[in-house]
Amino acid sequence: MSSENKQERGVHRRTFLKGAALGLAAAALPAADADASLWDAFFQKHFKEMNEAEIRKVLERLEREYEEKYKKRITVSNEKPLPGVLYGYGLDLSRCIGCRRCVYACVDENNQSKDPQIHWITVLRFKKGEKWVDLEESEKYYNPAEVPEKEYFYMPVQCQQCENPPCVRVCPTKATWKDPDGIVVIDYNWCIGCRYCMAACPYGARRFNWAEPNRKPEELNPNTHYLGNRPRYKGVVEKCTFCVQRVRKEPGRYPACVEACPVGARKFGNLLDPDSEIRYLIEHKRVFRLKEDLNTYPKFYYFFAYGV
Amino acid sequence: MNTTKIIVSACAAFCVALFLPCAAISAGSPERDVPKKFLVPPPPFSEGIFPCSQCHEGMPVNRTPRKLEGMHQNIELNHMPGGWCFDCHNANNRNTLRLANGKIVRFEESYNLCGQCHGTILREWKAGLHGKRTGMWNGEKQYRLCVHCHWPHDPRFKPIKPLPPPVKPSDIK
Repeated sequence: MSSENKQERGVHRRTFLKGAALGLAAAALPAADADASLWDAFFQKHFKEMNEAEIRKVLERLEREYEEKYKKRITVSNEKPLPGVLYGYGLDLSRCIGCRRCVYACVDENNQSKDPQIHWITVLRFKKGEKWVDLEESEKYYNPAEVPEKEYFYMPVQCQQCENPPCVRVCPTKATWKDPDGIVVIDYNWCIGCRYCMAACPYGARRFNWAEPNRKPEELNPNTHYLGNRPRYKGVVEKCTFCVQRVRKEPGRYPACVEACPVGARKFGNLLDPDSEIRYLIEHKRVFRLKEDLNTYPKFYYFFAYGV
Repeated sequence: MNTTKIIVSACAAFCVALFLPCAAISAGSPERDVPKKFLVPPPPFSEGIFPCSQCHEGMPVNRTPRKLEGMHQNIELNHMPGGWCFDCHNANNRNTLRLANGKIVRFEESYNLCGQCHGTILREWKAGLHGKRTGMWNGEKQYRLCVHCHWPHDPRFKPIKPLPPPVKPSDIK
């Protein structure tokens, strides 16, 4: 009886609610400048669910947007992970002098905001010979006239590209994931800025755009990757990608921080290639990974090339 | 007696034949394929100083260790106490270097000279561990000579000024 009654009514409750929700969603979009690009961005599918043609459309749209915004041609590429490659990183703590050349080389390469300032690498300073357990007791604002200082050692920290990344698990929109070459990437168009991943990361490697990223167009690096160094938006999270725009090529350049290090403390290579320098150092040196006890399996190896 | 000899020699030959291929294999596939030539930028000579023969050509060679006057006085040897120019520089042709065993080395391959004492470092440099490399992680790599970072007469790496620290949250307006 009751079902018959329902059918007799003109509008069903469910249909009405559906329509109302759609109407509200449409009204939420700014109608004045609702050009095709905005609609495309709003209804962009998840990166991994798009096919090649759809991705190409997105990249073209972004290049158009960036050109309009920065009055400069910026290429947004989407190089796929190379087969048989798992990136690994080595950092020689016995050689790092804490000069922060890597920090600023990274900013130049990866288009971070200058003001508010975003750095993907933090160099921590520790006193030699003291108990070295609490990373939060370290100093990151050190500023002596010259480095290295006799009584300190330095440890740069950036995204550790975990094999078991806690940040990926907590993301409610699946806007961050680990690619087959081991790089944990972020889709800035799907990031909703909830910062769960920042809370989950034990290394403090993720950074948040609290304001509109601010960078002079002439300082922008125009060679960008969709999942890497393309210009970001206000309210999204970003982090080190091992310079995905450089390394996912055949042949691919070393990450910017590797090339900037004046003492050659930074090493990079393919963990699956037995002849790579990263494998050499893992096999020949004392290595450790940061906070191994958390089961995150970082692919970032700290090591000591000579005894300290 | 003769047959015993033959049997023994046959056994020996057999054993040698058995082990030879193994030896050949282990010799043929070194632990790591290290390129013989390392791509390096030109040595960091002081302006206008090379080739050394510009001045040294025809100059008599004085092998006595002494305090230099007139030229090269800025060089204070803070490396290898008791060392002297001709421990490394070739007295007969100043445009080259000379190993302890008498072998002549060009400045472009000076790492062989440093490696005489710093052998473990040279090994790690070849493997890409010691020192800075740029270029392609899966392609051509640019090495640096030892002397690009370590001035050979005073090789310790000199302290440098650090770039500015990050902005403190308390300083953000």
